[in-house]
Amino acid sequence: MYVATKGGERAIDAAHQWLADERRGDRSVPELSVAQIREQMALAVNRVMAEGSLYDPDLAALAIKQARGDLIEAVFLIRAYRTTLPRFGASVPVETDRMDIIRRISATFKDAPGGQILGPTFDYTHRLLDFKLMADGEAPEALRKEADAVVAPHILQLLDQDGLMEPLTDGDETPPDLTREPLEMPADRPLRLQALARGDEGFVLSMAYSTQRGYGRTHAFVGELRIGTCAVEMEIPELGFAVEIGEIELTECETVNQFTGSKSEPPQFTRGYGLVMGQSERKSISMSLVDRALRWEELGEDNVGAPAQDAEFVLYHCDNIQATGFLEHIKLPHYVDFQSELELIRKLRREAADAQVKEAAE
Amino acid sequence: MTDQAYNFAYLDEATKRMIRRALLKGLAIPGYQVPFASREMPMPYGWGTGGVQVTAACLTPEDTLKVIDQGADDTTNAVSIRKFFERTAQVQTSETTAEATVIQTRHRIPEVALTEGQILVYQVPIPEPLRFLEPRESETRRMHALEEYGLMHVKLYEDIARHGAIATSYAYPVKVEGRYVMDPSPIPKFDNPKLGGNAAIQLFGAGREQRIYALPPYTDVVSLDFEDHPFDPSKADHACDLCGSEVSYLDEVITDDKGSRIFVCSDTSYCTTRQDEGHTGRLSPEGEAA
Repeated sequence: MYVATKGGERAIDAAHQWLADERRGDRSVPELSVAQIREQMALAVNRVMAEGSLYDPDLAALAIKQARGDLIEAVFLIRAYRTTLPRFGASVPVETDRMDIIRRISATFKDAPGGQILGPTFDYTHRLLDFKLMADGEAPEALRKEADAVVAPHILQLLDQDGLMEPLTDGDETPPDLTREPLEMPADRPLRLQALARGDEGFVLSMAYSTQRGYGRTHAFVGELRIGTCAVEMEIPELGFAVEIGEIELTECETVNQFTGSKSEPPQFTRGYGLVMGQSERKSISMSLVDRALRWEELGEDNVGAPAQDAEFVLYHCDNIQATGFLEHIKLPHYVDFQSELELIRKLRREAADAQVKEAAE
Repeated sequence: MTDQAYNFAYLDEATKRMIRRALLKGLAIPGYQVPFASREMPMPYGWGTGGVQVTAACLTPEDTLKVIDQGADDTTNAVSIRKFFERTAQVQTSETTAEATVIQTRHRIPEVALTEGQILVYQVPIPEPLRFLEPRESETRRMHALEEYGLMHVKLYEDIARHGAIATSYAYPVKVEGRYVMDPSPIPKFDNPKLGGNAAIQLFGAGREQRIYALPPYTDVVSLDFEDHPFDPSKADHACDLCGSEVSYLDEVITDDKGSRIFVCSDTSYCTTRQDEGHTGRLSPEGEAA
């Protein structure tokens, strides 16, 4: 006699036990500690913090460990944790021009007040596998010296003074919060930037790349890229002033884009902006290119139909947690829908066959 | 973190209030999609996060919860969602439709008629019935506002012109109270007649798409069709091989590699209740061959 498959509950428990065992891998190899991941996989930790929208290197490292190194799964763990956290307020805006810089470069000026600082970068390394690392070679400690007191104003601000740069306007409005209100179109720039900041690095990269290859070209140069730590301050109502509650590492990119003017705007340089938690250069540059492409409307440019100009397309598809969930859900049971499709196809085939028989008879 | 660290039914009260407001708005405007600030849940988008949030916002400690996926209580995702609420809300659960006060479902409406006081919560992947005709949200919202549903009728007409029948077998669009065209979630069109005039409250949650919509009890719901091509809620032309029901929606199960197949109720609670009552089908141990 046929008995419908039961025991889903037991199967789930067994699958999860197996997963936990696989995660640990070969037990003769020492286990990774969360601290090791945090210190030695720092860029993965940064990516998980940025896309998870939660600045906590320890939790991000834990998520990576738990997710067996699947970074999107780790982002998911962080996001699911983040939604359970209470909100007790918002910080005052971080002052990125007062950042403690570890890296700062400009592709548009050879030198600028504050100078260029190469910092810890992969740029100009030769991508040769370093087999010493495999043989447990301890990295020699870098030379250290006291940091200079650097005053490094934003480079684009210097162009601003000549009127060549699109001016920035201060606004008092509270920016919308993507995580507390549903995303609705049309999305203004703060909302777009928020979505891009937590968007999938690969998606944002490919979108930015497509603008460089001609799909909505915006002629971008990196006006300034800076990485460093910023103080986070919060207004305490009882005190009446802001106090520092901690500091976070940020990567900020401002692009300069050639702009020959439009019906509404004179020829000038325009801006694209990227700001990402942690050290994440690729993402912040990508973000600023996509930001600039999405600004076509407010700058009076033509919509050439490029994917990166389409805010609905970009914003509704940049979130990897939404994307991966919906993509992977097609492995869930769909017996019922498939059954109704079966009925339909059989019916249509029967009717088509009947029609043929009838035609032949005539 | 222990389970006690989470609020009753996982979501914090402020989030539940936000969801309840959206639900009330949805009930006030049947079939209208209300945007809501969907939260990240500890299960993936596309796996019922919308339904889970709606259920969490509706549950009280006195409720009895039933969770079904494809009509069955023991499909893996139904098991996982039921466990989630057992853990975070400690509510009673049941597999019997009549015992449940809240039923979360994916892709089916139970066979047994629902009653006043019950809430049926649907998991919705794509809430927008016009989405595959027009991919832009800004455009489809305008179309709903202007009641501009010509495109949908053209699509159904083209189906008939091409195939001789409307080629939509699940997520079959309906019109609610003569106003909004609504996606009933991917239930088979067999279930569509149960949407209208239903005594229970029907709530629809789409987590990833951040939309909630609702049908209050006894709402008028009509499946779209044409006078000369009336709506046809078809099902497999068989009786259940286990309980003999001729009116329930059936799953087709392949039993060997020679093309043998059997048909069994997709609603497992309905099927086992009937079997317990002594109904038999073709494959029942002491049953007569049909």
